[in-house]
Amino acid sequence: MIGSITSEISIQIADFSLADEVALLEKDNASDGAVVTFTGRVRDRNEGKDVSSLTLEHYPGMTEKSLAKIIRTTKERWRIGRVKVIHRVGELFIGDQIVFVGVTSKHRQDAFAANEFIMDYLKVQAPFWKKESTEQGNNWLAAKTSDENKAAKW
Amino acid sequence: MIKVVFFAALREQLNCSELSLSSENLATVADLKTELASKDEKWQQVFANNSLLSAVNHDMVNSEQAIKSGDEVAFFPPVTGG
Repeated sequence: MIGSITSEISIQIADFSLADEVALLEKDNASDGAVVTFTGRVRDRNEGKDVSSLTLEHYPGMTEKSLAKIIRTTKERWRIGRVKVIHRVGELFIGDQIVFVGVTSKHRQDAFAANEFIMDYLKVQAPFWKKESTEQGNNWLAAKTSDENKAAKW
Repeated sequence: MIKVVFFAALREQLNCSELSLSSENLATVADLKTELASKDEKWQQVFANNSLLSAVNHDMVNSEQAIKSGDEVAFFPPVTGG
């Protein structure tokens, strides 16, 4: 594990288990009736090109601080119980898990909204960069305006 | 001294991941950018890009942000995680 500052955030090279993460969110947590999870994976195609792998770079220290800030804001806006954000770095291949966001709350609305909010802000604020490897060569992905617009809607 | 770090495409374009320079005459991030852009043509080109983001001590900031000795300033392209 690379420098996690709270147990709510983990930046790691290793894969994670969705089942284990759900179990941790639910353990000794009888008051939360809702558990919403999101898992992001490496797609086989992007912008018309076959992708063979992605390499994720991050800014150690700032990444954790940025995610902690997003989680803090989320807790101010919604009544949620537990939160877990995992983001992998290094080289990842098609179908590999990249990111996990899990949120619990008493009722489903808060967990659904909080989970989407965290993902939308992670996309535009947390310092991660993807470099994709295709048959045409390697290139850094460009940020999408649609992601900026989505985050701005909250 | 100010520590300056670069990431992703920017790091590759500059062929530099970090450097240190004297904080003398550098009051803001904008001053630092001007100073770095004056290194040579390649640096000038890279820092002419308006979409570059900057951070001071791990917080995202704009160019008017004040800087001082001991700060860590980062420059990087728009983020693409998730």
